[in-house]
Amino acid sequence: MAARTASAALVILGVGSLVFLLIHLVPGDPVEAMLGEGARAADREVLRAALGLDRPLAEQYLGYLARTASLDLGQSFAYQRPVADLLAERIPATLELALAALTLALLLALPLGVLAARHRGGALDTGAMGFSLLGAAIPNFWLGPVLILVFSLWLGWTPVSGREGAASLVLPAVTLGTGLAAVLARMVRSSVLEVLAEDYIRTARAKGLRESSLLWGHALRNAWLPVLTLIGLQLGGLLAGAVITETVFAWPGVGSLLIEAIQARDYPVVQACVLLISLTYVLVNALTDLVCAWADPRVRG
Amino acid sequence: MVSPLLQVSRLTTRLGGEGQPVRVVDGVDLEIRKGETFALLGESGCGKSMLALSLMRLLPPSGRIVGGSVRLGDTDLLALPEGAMRRVRGGRMAMIFQEPQTSLNPVLTVGQQIAEAVRLHDGTTRRQVRERVQGLLQAVGIPEPARRVDEYPHQLSGGMKQRVMIAMALAGDPELLIADEPTTALDVTIQAQVLRLLKGLQRETGMAVLLITHDLGVVAETADRLAVMYAGQIVETATSAGFFADPAHPYSRRLMDSLPSPEKRAGRLAVIPGRVPPLDRPFTGCRFADRCHRVMDRCREIEPGWHQPSASQGVRCLLWAEGRPESDVPATGAAAGLVRIAAEPSRQPLVLRVDGLQVHFPIHRGVFRRVVGQVRAVDGIDLELYAGRTLALVGESGCGKTTAGKGLLQLIRPTAGVVRYGGVDLAGLKGRALRRQRKDLQIIFQDPFASMNPRMLVGDIVGEGLQALGLEPNRARRRARVAELLGQVGMSAEAADRYPHEFSGGQRQRICIARALAVEPRVIVCDEPTSALDVSVQAQILNLLKRLQDELGLAYLFITHNISVVSYLAHEVAVMYLGRIVERGTVDEVLDDPKHPYTRALLSAVPVVDKDKRREIIRLEGDMPSPSSPPEGCHFHPRCPEGIAECRQAYPPPTRLSETRSVRCLRVSA
Repeated sequence: MAARTASAALVILGVGSLVFLLIHLVPGDPVEAMLGEGARAADREVLRAALGLDRPLAEQYLGYLARTASLDLGQSFAYQRPVADLLAERIPATLELALAALTLALLLALPLGVLAARHRGGALDTGAMGFSLLGAAIPNFWLGPVLILVFSLWLGWTPVSGREGAASLVLPAVTLGTGLAAVLARMVRSSVLEVLAEDYIRTARAKGLRESSLLWGHALRNAWLPVLTLIGLQLGGLLAGAVITETVFAWPGVGSLLIEAIQARDYPVVQACVLLISLTYVLVNALTDLVCAWADPRVRG
Repeated sequence: MVSPLLQVSRLTTRLGGEGQPVRVVDGVDLEIRKGETFALLGESGCGKSMLALSLMRLLPPSGRIVGGSVRLGDTDLLALPEGAMRRVRGGRMAMIFQEPQTSLNPVLTVGQQIAEAVRLHDGTTRRQVRERVQGLLQAVGIPEPARRVDEYPHQLSGGMKQRVMIAMALAGDPELLIADEPTTALDVTIQAQVLRLLKGLQRETGMAVLLITHDLGVVAETADRLAVMYAGQIVETATSAGFFADPAHPYSRRLMDSLPSPEKRAGRLAVIPGRVPPLDRPFTGCRFADRCHRVMDRCREIEPGWHQPSASQGVRCLLWAEGRPESDVPATGAAAGLVRIAAEPSRQPLVLRVDGLQVHFPIHRGVFRRVVGQVRAVDGIDLELYAGRTLALVGESGCGKTTAGKGLLQLIRPTAGVVRYGGVDLAGLKGRALRRQRKDLQIIFQDPFASMNPRMLVGDIVGEGLQALGLEPNRARRRARVAELLGQVGMSAEAADRYPHEFSGGQRQRICIARALAVEPRVIVCDEPTSALDVSVQAQILNLLKRLQDELGLAYLFITHNISVVSYLAHEVAVMYLGRIVERGTVDEVLDDPKHPYTRALLSAVPVVDKDKRREIIRLEGDMPSPSSPPEGCHFHPRCPEGIAECRQAYPPPTRLSETRSVRCLRVSA
């Protein structure tokens, strides 16, 4: 556990530093973005000094590290507000979308994968895997607008974008969830197939069990374990903000905040977002490992 | 005559698609009576397991029963709808499998898995289920059933798992238990426990057992009647006594002759050339004809029908068409009588000497991976290897014999001890100096399927050592040498341009031997080289190893758990228990007159074909303790039938009984 924490801290430090350096290396100037092109040179210099951007890069870097270590994420250049407040506003939206998408993905992927494995080579299998291939192949930036076109503009069932009420959650959740479900269903199928070939499944059959209790009681309990790891990875990705989907639906989450901040060269916000993303990944992965260990008596020991 | 419990007639099963179906079971007739043990005998790939799965209607998805009938009592099993068949499975007819390690669901407790079977077939109420589960565990001799119910399979030893499997099978009070190689994966002392348990349960419940096995010894000791299966057909049926007294089919005869035994050690073992023919095409004539040593011209034209050498014996062989054939020529050169060699100590030069070899593995635990203990896999052993001689290192799984072999070769660095070879201590060598010595010390592994890189050509596998050690940098000369090596192990030179998967298990083991020979070693560690092979193939490999030893003066350290192989091949024997050698001596000394109680129990548990040679089985209780916490004093005392109070105090020092022999037991005096 100590080793894990240390390696996690190292990962976060590494990611934070890399982002700091990259963002200062790419062309673009926050001062220009804030004041516009017509601003006078003197005004720019004043603002640059006020933001601390005139100091050497190494000094800025050390300052950034020191502030981050004391949990101070700084002020947003663009909003003139503490970054922590901005994040606090956006995180619930991302969390809501992530959980909705994951739930939908699980509800689709588990039955689909298990049934496909059960009827391997049959019409159901072909259909499920066809859907899965489609789901994995269709990009979210295409699916999102198509869903908006059909359900919001033609049928008028859901709002076009934004985050107002449960109805507005449906389309982004479907856009994200189907993509996840596609990958998950394949994983569930291959994992269940692998387990169905195991000796203990033959034992269970020899006991006289029905196919259904065999599948859900014996096979899925084992097939679950590799799938859990994948779910953990996907959840990490979702919590990090589904950048494209959030942008398409103007969903006020961490992902769209990150995009706005990058466009405005709002360094503190970009850095804070990336830090949050890497922290989330590390935490979710650690959590996944714990859940896996708990679910597998051989590891639980 | 009483009506049989199970009647199988003309049963035919196919595997695979319409294009090229494989007839794994081809017109099999069988009868099993109430309460008897019926053995189905044969080599791998002859259709035994598929027959068993057909009876249970548990074939893999590509399998189909295409003809015949199976009647259990008055029920026609093949006509039952699936729902009714499910009630038969695990109810009137239960099955246990070969690999207890993989046959239990790892994420469910033992109790949950047995309870499932109980609920399905027993009609007991919820409250009684747990009681019944504990009762079943008790019946199969699992200590502390109340605690064991809540354990997971990985917490149990192999023997315990097989007991759990049996408990599960008993839940429905079956009339017939199908046991598919139930003890093949177990050690002999555990095998003896499980076989005795099955016999006892049979006496109590009156169930019949269909025992599927390739082990003639197990059949001889447990079966009432038997059938020999070859290439999807039954070729001989007989009572057990009648069969072992006089096997009628040439295949049966050869199977028996290929078993290694002390009487055969001066000569070569009988081998059955070739392999079981593929079953995807129609046969004309006898299926065994191509491998038969008594084949006649008409064997290839006429499919043999059933002939009756005696009232209780049936054989499918044309030799018997006109009554009893002339008796078989003895297959081995040693049938002339017992030849005793190796009784005297070796006069060959000493090649390698091991003193006080220890291999300990640290156990890490906790946040900081602290070392909390040591697994004492090998805990101070001495060995000497002589040119042209074989030392057999014998013991059950987990006793440290494989680790000892690897420690000797420095494939695992020993914790302590000296391995003296050619004037240097190998244990002290590193890097280039050690690599130079590798040429002389080679190893052959147990599993010829896993010990070769599947993406490398056989020629490259065999020649790799020559290249790596810089012995033969010239490509053309290396090729020639590889061809020569392949010839030496009885393979054609063309094999060099093919991949390992194109060869059978026996052929692969030959390739592995050629690989080891390539660098002209003086010592070869053979780590269970035949335990993954059928008996007839085992005989080929043992013959080959013996011939190579005679020709090249190799010293073998032969690691095995198979006592009959030891008696055939070895000159000296060392018996290992929990990391230490408890008894050593020449083959005759140890096998004919074992002194250590463990050696005695081990030898007594080996199933023997010959009735006159059977010993009273010495019961060993429980399993081997863990080498991380060996018992105080003599490691064997908690299981020892002859233990006394002093055994607990200190590990007994070696007692020398002769120039070649020593035993570490307080009860043995010089």
